[in-house]
Amino acid sequence: MQISGAEIVVRCLQEEGVEFVFGYPGGAVLEIYDAIFKQSQFKHVLVRHEQAAVHAADAYSRSSDKVGVALVTSGPGATNAVTGIATAYMDSIPMVVLSGQVPTPAIGLDAFQEVDMVGITRPCVKHNFLVKDINELAETIKKAFYIAKTGRPGPVVVDIPKDVTQKLAEFHYPESVSIRSYVPVLRGHPGQIRKAVNLLLEAKRPYVYVGGGAVQGAAEQEVTELVRSLGLPCTNTLMGLGAYPGSDPQFLGMLGMHGTYEANMAMQNCDVLIAVGARFDDRVISVPSHFLSKPKKIVHIDVDPSSIAKRVKVDVPIVGDVKYVLRDMLDQLKESGKKPDPAALAAWWKQIEEWRAPNSLLYAPSNELIKPQYVVEKLYEITGGDAIITSDVGQHQMWAAQYYKFDRPKQWLNSGGLGTMGFGLPAAIGAQLANPDKAVACITGEGSIQMNIQELSTAKQYHTPVKVVSLNNRYLGMVRQWQEFFYGTRYSESYMDALPDFVKIAEAYGHVGFKIENPADVEPVLREAFSPALKERLVFLDFRTDQSENVFPMIGNGKGLDEMDLPPHMRKTDEPDAERDYGNLC
Amino acid sequence: MRHILSILLENEAGALSRVVGLFSARAYNIDSLTVSTTEDRTLSRMTIVTHGSDDVIEQITKQLNKLIEVVKVIDLNESEHIEREMMLIKVRATGKDREEMKRMADIFRGRIIDVTEKTYTIELTGTSDKLNAFIEAIDRTVILETVRTGASGIGRGERVLKI
Repeated sequence: MQISGAEIVVRCLQEEGVEFVFGYPGGAVLEIYDAIFKQSQFKHVLVRHEQAAVHAADAYSRSSDKVGVALVTSGPGATNAVTGIATAYMDSIPMVVLSGQVPTPAIGLDAFQEVDMVGITRPCVKHNFLVKDINELAETIKKAFYIAKTGRPGPVVVDIPKDVTQKLAEFHYPESVSIRSYVPVLRGHPGQIRKAVNLLLEAKRPYVYVGGGAVQGAAEQEVTELVRSLGLPCTNTLMGLGAYPGSDPQFLGMLGMHGTYEANMAMQNCDVLIAVGARFDDRVISVPSHFLSKPKKIVHIDVDPSSIAKRVKVDVPIVGDVKYVLRDMLDQLKESGKKPDPAALAAWWKQIEEWRAPNSLLYAPSNELIKPQYVVEKLYEITGGDAIITSDVGQHQMWAAQYYKFDRPKQWLNSGGLGTMGFGLPAAIGAQLANPDKAVACITGEGSIQMNIQELSTAKQYHTPVKVVSLNNRYLGMVRQWQEFFYGTRYSESYMDALPDFVKIAEAYGHVGFKIENPADVEPVLREAFSPALKERLVFLDFRTDQSENVFPMIGNGKGLDEMDLPPHMRKTDEPDAERDYGNLC
Repeated sequence: MRHILSILLENEAGALSRVVGLFSARAYNIDSLTVSTTEDRTLSRMTIVTHGSDDVIEQITKQLNKLIEVVKVIDLNESEHIEREMMLIKVRATGKDREEMKRMADIFRGRIIDVTEKTYTIELTGTSDKLNAFIEAIDRTVILETVRTGASGIGRGERVLKI
């Protein structure tokens, strides 16, 4: 029996076991929406802006093991989706975005709501397709899901002209697809793995550096087994948080620009580094030449060969799925029955504990002003460390990463690569739908939340009781911090004047809102927000925090991992922040 | 250093723009690019001449391989190879220049493929250096126009690029 292209799209999504499609209707996708109306196998979530549809689908994917799906119309619907697509691309999130397109005869004629979606998204997708023939529609969607979730995952766009959704064809969904030009590697080279194991066994100052690849590759068990069985110190990147438990003593904290003193010092001073699904990003190692100025042997495990030797030359590159490679490493280690030199390892740990002792995340408590770090600490306590946390971008994001100890992967969802403000709220909605039984909190600021605040409406419609924890310091905090350090305290356009009453906004959307100005109220209000009485409600918590708080430690641009600017209690001199040398601008 | 890359890719709409887009997005250089379908109509073969440090060339080949539609990439510089480029050059050929131009074309093994009273159009094939040498060897003022294909390359001997 022949069915329409729109029905084919719906059948494909059903075959893929899709639960939710996040989207927004419009002219070019009306046929698809009509087909969605006639089915009940998956639910459609109507967002209030297409960017949010993509972020929600992205977070649905980040917080589960499924592929997120977004559906947008042509033209402005498609361009609004681009920021979301680029966000997912930078963080390697598997996602399929279906976009409507003007009818094939109208393509290229500057038709109403026409935009070259395949052209616009080319640099920020893993792959994209324009389906011109209805007979290729089902197979293309199958390929899109296959490409999105295999190898190094990423978003795939399928652009579907309206006439293709209207034509009729037989539906056949292929069981599997193979693409001759796309064969992702799973297993690492045994010889390379042997070299890595030997290096690790000879190490005096070994260190395990775990990135988002271990989260996406579900390698948390293997990472934990490697670190624990050999007694190694371990760090996670911003994207890797949760891959190794954050509350474990062998975890040195996050590393990088706002990493802990011990995590960064160990990174600089180790002699054998095992990099697992991490990419030596500029926010992590800062300047490559300074990082390599302390000699070290580097093993780099990554499913994407182009991530290896991109910023840093490595000694043992291993291309493969991190889970499989680590499993093979563990097997070889077990077989050898050897461990690294215990005396050397003990001396290394002694050094690490010395770095750790002063606690670089210590901050000055206050009875007058709400310290943002304190709010995150209390949130961690009250949620038992078990909530799924989404964040936006800025100071609050760094405090969330530093003070909430993530013990499992897929618990921490943030736009680490692209740094997209406006990610947090729609992401929380997507994560809540994927995890209906979990507490979900969005740590945000008054700047970021206003970039997608209209999604409070979506949250109402779909009953997603997320808790919005806004650290409102009346500044674009990270911009203000840089202006304080590098631009002579000239706070150019970083002050948020004329802020709305967020409690009233929350209430206007049918939610509950609290404004918290007193440190003594932080804990009780958080407890109330997470109490059974408000379990089913979205609660907006507007914390008026200390306006002058800065994120420490910090590595200034152009500075090395061991050249951090430390919080006041660890400074040798008592120079004020603004007069310190924070490195070159860039 | 100059490198000549051979790329086998799916003969699909948009595949070329993915390759070109990659070079511009990542600030790699393209000195020349040629592309056409192969004897297998489902595949295109592209030759890109680029330059960069070894690290950059390594990244270029990795990034090319990452494109879904790219089947294979080889760096022809890694072993013996042959490369050819074709140029069509239209020159003014009048008076004593006419005989001189014919002689030069012969010396460079070029062929005159179109003749008018005042012009010759010469077809010249060889390495890019040879084509440059021809341009250097003739009087610049007689050149009316030139068109070059960019280099195509192939490995010597048994070495083949196919799936």
